[in-house]
Amino acid sequence: MTLLRILGCDPQYDPRQTCCGQPAFNAGYHTDARLVAEHFVEVFKDAEEIVSLSGSCATMVKVFYPQMELTGALSETVGGITSKTFEITDYIVNQLGVTDLGLTYTGRVAYHDSCHIMRELRIVDEPRKLLRSVKGIELIELDLADRCCGFGGLFATKFPDISVAMGEEKLESIQRAKVDLVVGCDNSCLMHLQGLADKRGVNLKTKHIIEFLGDLIK
Amino acid sequence: MNLRASQFKANARIAAQDTGLRSKVKKATGTALTKRKQTVDELPEWESLRQQGHDIRKEVVDNIDRYLRSFTDAARLNGAIVHHANEHNDATKIIYDIIRRVSANSVVKSKSMITEELHLNRMLEENGIRVIETDLGEYIIQLAGETPSHITAPALHKSKEDIARLFQEKLNISYTDDPAVLTAVVRKRLRDEFLNTRVGISGVNFACADTGTITIIENEANARLCTVLPEVHIAVMSIEKIIPSFDDLSLFLKLLSCSASGQRMTSYVSMINGPRSSHNPDGPRQLHVVILDGGRRQLAKHPAWKEALYCIRCGACLNVCPVYQSVGGHVYGSVYPGPIGSVLTPTLFDMKEAQDLPFASSLCGACTDICPVKIDLHHHLLWERREVVDRGYKSFTEKIAMAVWRWMMLSAGRVEFAGRLGWLIQKVFGKNIPAPGWTPRRRFPALARRSFRSIMKREKNNDG
Repeated sequence: MTLLRILGCDPQYDPRQTCCGQPAFNAGYHTDARLVAEHFVEVFKDAEEIVSLSGSCATMVKVFYPQMELTGALSETVGGITSKTFEITDYIVNQLGVTDLGLTYTGRVAYHDSCHIMRELRIVDEPRKLLRSVKGIELIELDLADRCCGFGGLFATKFPDISVAMGEEKLESIQRAKVDLVVGCDNSCLMHLQGLADKRGVNLKTKHIIEFLGDLIK
Repeated sequence: MNLRASQFKANARIAAQDTGLRSKVKKATGTALTKRKQTVDELPEWESLRQQGHDIRKEVVDNIDRYLRSFTDAARLNGAIVHHANEHNDATKIIYDIIRRVSANSVVKSKSMITEELHLNRMLEENGIRVIETDLGEYIIQLAGETPSHITAPALHKSKEDIARLFQEKLNISYTDDPAVLTAVVRKRLRDEFLNTRVGISGVNFACADTGTITIIENEANARLCTVLPEVHIAVMSIEKIIPSFDDLSLFLKLLSCSASGQRMTSYVSMINGPRSSHNPDGPRQLHVVILDGGRRQLAKHPAWKEALYCIRCGACLNVCPVYQSVGGHVYGSVYPGPIGSVLTPTLFDMKEAQDLPFASSLCGACTDICPVKIDLHHHLLWERREVVDRGYKSFTEKIAMAVWRWMMLSAGRVEFAGRLGWLIQKVFGKNIPAPGWTPRRRFPALARRSFRSIMKREKNNDG
């Protein structure tokens, strides 16, 4: 919120909001997903622009809402919702036209590409631009940058062994990069990697990109 | 392991913890991906080639009956004997009858996924016909009594040391893990088989509807020998192997070989236009083309799922899939593993049996990005998940859990309450309360005492 205000926005938070419906949608439960999506559309239909701190939730709205059969008047509203929803780094860089936040940080940081933001929304450079603008930062590319960390929503609990095997590969790639911090645009991937590192006693720090940038302002 | 699609969960669990298997699969797929990338990077037109490939494959699948007729007519005109098989059993019977008619008791065979789908080797061997696999990878797994774990690299799950031990045991040679020596051993043994066997069986990579040409690509020349030396050549294909025209071949050869092995063209490309004739004295006396439907015509009518029939079997989606890389191909319990297998197995064969496969993906989308004919693979998995749920295959517990989740998500108050309850539980019982599926190998993050929602509410009240 602080960051958006500094950038000249007037962000509002509607406390009625809950979830975009993705967990049920990805699990194949379309009726459950539709009802929750309709709640989302109802809450956000009058917003000027909608900014999401999760690339995955933004994907749900922008890519998958148009594929769902919403009922009644909401089916008309959904097109508008889709086009005014933005993932936050996309919003800052492409809507607000800001790439330099004038911040300073010293350390080696890796950016983690979450699959939805990278392959569904094709947002790859925007977060990197914001990170690179931070003075003193050493932005490191992971050798397995485009490889999934293994979270995948309910996949992580339905197939924990595969999920963990994939996470281990990613963790090893992060360790090879010798970074102090991993920054990403989806907390779910970071929660999975952090949880895995903590369990294995691997020293890893993860932060959402906005939390990282926001902390630098203070 | 009981290698059935219905056992995926249990088998994948074992495979995911087999770090030896994982490193072998990772090494082989990594090499293939690196080579592919090098070649594709040299082709600035790659994206437009993919789109062309997609459009042509769509055209064929949408008009499969017309193209099938056209190919059949053209191939017959070339002197081939064309057989149509509706069911898998029909195809195996046709092939068996051809072999019996020439009183052969053995066949040499080149790599073919469709014969895997037919379980042809098992059926022929049960009927007393010896099958000699002549592709090196297939030879290895036949020797080991296994099935292919990859569409283009059947023995991908074996290291050279595994193969050395296998040859030592089964072929009675002294141990060596020198690939050149191992290959030479097989080469020598196969030479005699090629010369003395009267029937050769091959697959088909592409069948041109206008000229009746069947094309087979490979790197070992074994398919060339299988199709040229024996008296009788039986080419086995499924209906969707057809492409409209001979002119389309260059596009598809490029898409397939680049994607499969990073080659601009494979070492051998055989274009077969018919058997031996007065003006073409080479080749077999008889050429049979056996074309399997096997449920494909039905699938071609489905508006969404027909896309899986666009596949040209390059195996790139397997190579790039982090799930495949973690567990290998056998655990899918299907002839077709990896992303394309997870898409095709439920819709072409048995959705109930293979109901776990569409869920065995983190939906990362790497498969869709690499597919040379732009099949929307990971979205197909999503749509199939919906079908599995709609057909009622999911457990009662899961349905209830989903209903409870929905009930919570329809009210911010309930979400707020659940968040506070979660915080309280962590406060009282500590951060690591066991949660099946998560905590055995990962930790939970600490839940915040105050939600973002309540902070925002308070901020607003203070302002107001």
